[in-house]
This record gives sequence, C-alpha cells and structure tokens, in this order.
Amino acid sequence: MPLTNKDMLGIEDLSPEEMELIFDTAESFKEVSAREIKKVPTLRGRTIINLFYEPSTRTRTSFEIAAKRMSADAINISVSTSSAVKGETLKDTARNLEAMKPDCIVVRHASAGTPEMLAKYLNCTVINAGDGAHEHPSQALLDIMTVREKKGRIEGLKVAIIGDIMHSRVARSNIVGFSRLGAEVVVTGPRTLIPVGIEELGCTVAPNTVTAIKDADVIMMLRIQLERQGDSFLPSLREYATLWGLDEEKLKYASDDVIILHPGPINRGVEISSGVADGEYSLILEQVTNGVAIRMALFYLLLGGTRESSA
Amino acid sequence: MQERVVMDEKGIERAIARIAHEVLERNGGSHAIVILGVPTRGYELALRLARRIEDIEGVSVPTGAVDATLYRDDISIKKEAPALKKMDIPIDIDSRVVIIVDDVLFTGRTVRAAMNALMDFGRPHAIQLAALIDRGHRELPIKADYVGKNIPTSMVEAVSVNLKEIDGVNSVVVGTKKSATDPSKDDKE
Repeated sequence: MPLTNKDMLGIEDLSPEEMELIFDTAESFKEVSAREIKKVPTLRGRTIINLFYEPSTRTRTSFEIAAKRMSADAINISVSTSSAVKGETLKDTARNLEAMKPDCIVVRHASAGTPEMLAKYLNCTVINAGDGAHEHPSQALLDIMTVREKKGRIEGLKVAIIGDIMHSRVARSNIVGFSRLGAEVVVTGPRTLIPVGIEELGCTVAPNTVTAIKDADVIMMLRIQLERQGDSFLPSLREYATLWGLDEEKLKYASDDVIILHPGPINRGVEISSGVADGEYSLILEQVTNGVAIRMALFYLLLGGTRESSA
Repeated sequence: MQERVVMDEKGIERAIARIAHEVLERNGGSHAIVILGVPTRGYELALRLARRIEDIEGVSVPTGAVDATLYRDDISIKKEAPALKKMDIPIDIDSRVVIIVDDVLFTGRTVRAAMNALMDFGRPHAIQLAALIDRGHRELPIKADYVGKNIPTSMVEAVSVNLKEIDGVNSVVVGTKKSATDPSKDDKE
C-alpha cells in the first residue's frame, strides 16, 4: 500500500494505515543508521531542496542527514541567504527552484498554509517541515514512533501535552495523530495559551498540570517559545516553571512507566527540570534518532517509484 | 490456466539436504559460514538449510536475512516504493563465507542487489549463492553455486515456491503469470 498523496502537508491528511506504513518503514531505516556505512543507494540521482524561512538546526539537519543517507542530493536554503531578502515572492522563489528540477522541496515557513500553496503550484513533492502554528507532521510522526516503539501500541494510552498549545504546530500535529490512532489526549497550559476550540482536534483540556499528568503514559512538554512571548501571555517565567514546568515532584502523579517527550530545544529549568530531562523516563534523544528514520521513510515512500498515475 | 507441480514436499526436503552436504563439502565444514536468506521465502529456506547443516555437523551456523530492496535498480521505475523487509546480519561477515539463499533465481538482479548490500556490511572472504529453483533468463552474469532444481521456463510462466511457514504447504508450482503469481511474490518477476 503506497501513500495516497504526492506531498506530506500534515497529519490531518494521513489515515491510520498510512501512519503505520510510515512507522514500519522507518523502523527498517533505523537499522541503516546503526550501520558502519550509513548510506544506501536507493534515491541516487534525486534532488531534495530544504527551503527554510525560519531558523532550525535540528529539523533541517535531520532532513539533510536523511536525504544523504538515502544517497539523494540535498541542498539547503535558509532565509538569510535567499532572495527573499531581495524582495522575491515565495511563489517566484518556488517556481525558480522548480525550474532546476528538484524531486522534492522541504519547506518551513512562519505562515500556516505555505506548504499547501506550494504543493498546488509545483509538480515536485512538497514536505511540510513546520508552517506557522499549523502542522509539523514529521515531528508528530517521530514522536508517535518513539511512543509506539517503547509501549508497543498507541491505542488506549493517555497522552498529556503541556505548555504553549496556542503557538505550537507540534501540539496540533500530535493531537491529531495520537487521537486518530486511538490515544486519549489531554492538553494543559496557561489559559492565555490554550486556544478556544482546541477540543475539536480530538483532545480535552485539563485545568492544571497535575490533573493532566495523572496516570499519563506519555508526557509531552512543549518549549516555551521565548521569541513569541512579547504579547505578555505570561506574568513571568518563574511562575510558568512553578505552575506548568515538569519536575520530579509533579512526575510522581504519572504512571510508573511514563515516558517523557520534548520536541526540543529545551529550556532547562523553565518547562522541564534538568533532572527530568536527563532522567530515566526521558526519551528526548531517542526522538532525535527516530527523526532521521522517519524522514528517510518519508523520502523513500514519497520519492521511491514514479507515481505516474497520481502525479 | 494450467498449473503443474514441479516439486513436492519430499522433493524440497531432499534438495535442501543435498545442498547442505554440498555446502559442507565445498567449504570444508561449517566453521566459517554465514547463511543469509533473501526475505521472504529465501529466509525460510535459509533457516531450513541451517537446521540441516546443524543436524549433520552438530554445530549451529549463524543465520540471518539480507533484504535487497534498498539496493534494487528499479526503485525509480516501479510505480510505488516497494515494502521493506527484514535485514538481519547476525555476525561480522568480514573474512567469512556468506551463503545467500533465495527461492527462485531468475534475472539475477535481486542477487546483485543483495551482494551490494552485503558489501556495505563488510568484506566477506567469499559469497556463494544457493537457489531452490533456477528458472533461467539471466540478465546479469550471475550463476548459482547450489541449485535445488533447474526448471527451464518461458517468460510468460511464473514459478511459485510455497513454503509451509508462509503459504501453509510445501510445493513448487509453475503456472502462467496471472494464475500463479501471488502478489506477495511479484518481486520475483
């Protein structure tokens, strides 16, 4: 069974079967990354452009390493060096890039819907690497893969997502993904950072951290986006850490074999204490390892084969 | 829709027993051998061959799987990306004799891909090839070292190896492509 779409725009578009296919494929690619020669010739001759309009180290590097391990050629374009600073529109940039015949463009942009717009204009595959506060599908896939590996299932698990839900595309993709696979998703955070109507994505809202964490199998802490706090959403970071930060004390309320995720980069002592981040329940680094495997799987499933019938 | 059974359960068993003896004779025992099957059916045959050798020699032989999918030469031609299978190299293959086991040897392209995959894992002393069926029509200069049975076929025919562990029955059937081709075996065509 192949993926239905030529593009990967959001978890919203994926069926549970498609997600399972991506996870199974990614498990195979994990083995490749464990080899001494971490490279397979599968996508030789394919060109992948990473077009990043927002700063990113982890995600961009992860996509680049994934492309290289598949033997595709990866080119990185970041906003500071692109023609955007000279006034070129996104559409023109994309059309110019496509004229150089890439097979795939991975795009990150501050505006929600950018990847969808590009997918409409371009014939090549478009992968969303984060668009505004909308979706970040590869992150949610690697999060769910990490949980699935550790727990052996998703269905019936209680997943708590804590922090700045409003600005978080990671939260949105994960709410949709986990709930679609049968998990119970609870979100919590400061009232100012919980968007009205978030329940419609398939979650409930808890009034405080302890309620959300109670008996949780998975706790996902979100990064407090310090660069987006200009509008006084929070009285102070210290208050945030006390009420919403995860430390050993609050962790006691969770299930005994809870696992802790964080999309990174972490603000130590704000949303997560160092003890918890580096502790035995934390799978934060495992997430990064799985991220490469998920992106290799996406490249393989989207770029392997001709897709003549659907393109 | 004609189908003919060219090998039954006993026939498969005897072929594997003979190949086990040939492997041991040619390599002077089992000490340096690694047996790697090409999933799905080649892997089951590899397990059977390893058991046979163990019966004869009284020592177990490292056995695993080599999935050639990521090394195939038709990834960009096929309509969709083929499903990945199991890769399990149980031991350092440097300086060992690797015996690749597949069910049907046809164009030779799968074996070429499997050999390339192995080269990424080390430098074996030698690679040998065992196939239950050699149906001819090679497109690459590849030849099996151990063959269960040579079955001359035409291009419109399909050879299906059925194994109890996967198909519930042990047999080798030759039919026309449409009738005998199980979708799970289409990578052999």
